[in-house]
Amino acid sequence: MEKLVNDFSFGLFIWQIILFLLLLFLLRKYAWRPILNAVNEREQGIKDALASAEDARREMENLQADNDKLLKEARAERDTMMKEAREVKAKMIADAKEEAQAEANKMITQAQSAIESEKKAAMAELKSHVAELSVQIAEKVVKKELSSEKEQLQLVDSMLDDAKLN
Amino acid sequence: MFGMQGKTLKTLLALFAFTMTFSAMATVKEAPEGEGKKDTKTEIKEYIDHHLQDSHDFNLFSYTGDDGEKHHVGFPLPVIIWDDGLHTFMSSEFHHGEEVVESNGNYYTLYHSKIYRTDASGTLNYDPEHPDHPTNARPLDFSITKSVVMMIVTGILLLLLFRGLASSYRKNEGIASGIGRFFEPIVIYIRDDIAIANIGEEKYKRYMPFLLTIFFFIWFLNMFGLTPLGVNVTGNIAVTTALAILVFLLTNFTGTKDYWKHIFDPLGDGMPWIGKIFIYIILVPIEILGMFIKPFALLIRLYANMTAGHVVLMSLIGLIFIFKSWIGGPLSFGLSFAISLIEVLVALLQAYIFTMLAALYFGFASESHDHAEEHEGEVSHL
Repeated sequence: MEKLVNDFSFGLFIWQIILFLLLLFLLRKYAWRPILNAVNEREQGIKDALASAEDARREMENLQADNDKLLKEARAERDTMMKEAREVKAKMIADAKEEAQAEANKMITQAQSAIESEKKAAMAELKSHVAELSVQIAEKVVKKELSSEKEQLQLVDSMLDDAKLN
Repeated sequence: MFGMQGKTLKTLLALFAFTMTFSAMATVKEAPEGEGKKDTKTEIKEYIDHHLQDSHDFNLFSYTGDDGEKHHVGFPLPVIIWDDGLHTFMSSEFHHGEEVVESNGNYYTLYHSKIYRTDASGTLNYDPEHPDHPTNARPLDFSITKSVVMMIVTGILLLLLFRGLASSYRKNEGIASGIGRFFEPIVIYIRDDIAIANIGEEKYKRYMPFLLTIFFFIWFLNMFGLTPLGVNVTGNIAVTTALAILVFLLTNFTGTKDYWKHIFDPLGDGMPWIGKIFIYIILVPIEILGMFIKPFALLIRLYANMTAGHVVLMSLIGLIFIFKSWIGGPLSFGLSFAISLIEVLVALLQAYIFTMLAALYFGFASESHDHAEEHEGEVSHL
């Protein structure tokens, strides 16, 4: 301890204090402040860049999600449209079929009724023809054979029988 | 960082230590041939003692010429003495302690690196109990000594280095270039792991210039101590005292209310005042003592570590000349080489410890109340 006290140089102590404070002042002004500011700025820049990169990534994700959503919607729309189209097609075919059927039925009915009426007309014509014929026959018979009333009646009966059979 | 550059650095440091070992050897060689073993020992001891002390001239090496006279190679430094008036002259006038210097009517002589006032013939009166301590008056010595020169050199070096780093940011768009790339991570380490870790995010900025300056100042001077220049600045008690006093002043002048409360009222409201009185009779003096012990530990730690390193290193080198054998020489050489590598580590470590502890003390001084609560129950008296 005594050696320490003896070795203690007051002059060196003073020099040390003066030089250190001077160095501290100069370094603070010309070195530490600019260095620390530059480092802080750079770190802030890196932080900002990372944050903006993260933002961009998130934006991209959102966009991607939007795209996916749009695509999905488009697909769904397409699907519904296809379905509708198919339905329409099926309906159209069914309708057409039905209409055709109805038309055909109608035509058949018309044809049938036409045939029926033709048939009736024919029958009526035939009947009238037959009646005319009968009248002509009867006339002839009457002219030729209606000598006796008995024979006349016989003839009428037989003719009527025949007519009935018809 | 630890690729090529790390390798180059290691090689450089190794070379440093290597050359140091050689040149120290060359210096000790001045021991005249043929002298006894005891004389070599004494001479080595004196040489080590001399090396550990500050000196008034910048001696690079000395040798004994063919004529038996000692020659010193180096350059003189100005001597500035306050002794009832200013006395200035160059240290070369002492002729390495061999001559008495007359300045404005006073006579001075150099003895073991210290200046004493003597009579015209340079008589030194010795204390009979301490044969090494002359009782002559010692004037106030403000000389530009070797240590002061090294401090100035270190200061200029630091200014150039970090001014360069600062301007490289400007020129290189915020990226360090050149040697700054090596120092920038250290600056950031001091900021993040020393200042912010101990002082806290809000208040660390105020202490950063001091912490950075003191770290690089101590580290560089420690490293200079390992060079063949043979300076022992950080192993000088006056230097470490000055640094510790600066830490002490900065700690106490930036102390917050909570810091002082912690010293004078450590228990706070946790106890009624009547109970506190008895505890505080013991506790408060201890806390006040702690204020001084903290920086005192700083100054002793740095001084003792650096001085011890130099003593061990130089003793091992001295062993080469004591052994003077084919086994002892290389063995001491290898040992001193290994120790100098360790000293390179110690140089960094001591700068780190000094800075770290200073930051810790600043942390105590600037702690605000909520921060103090976090530490409640912890032993925070370091």
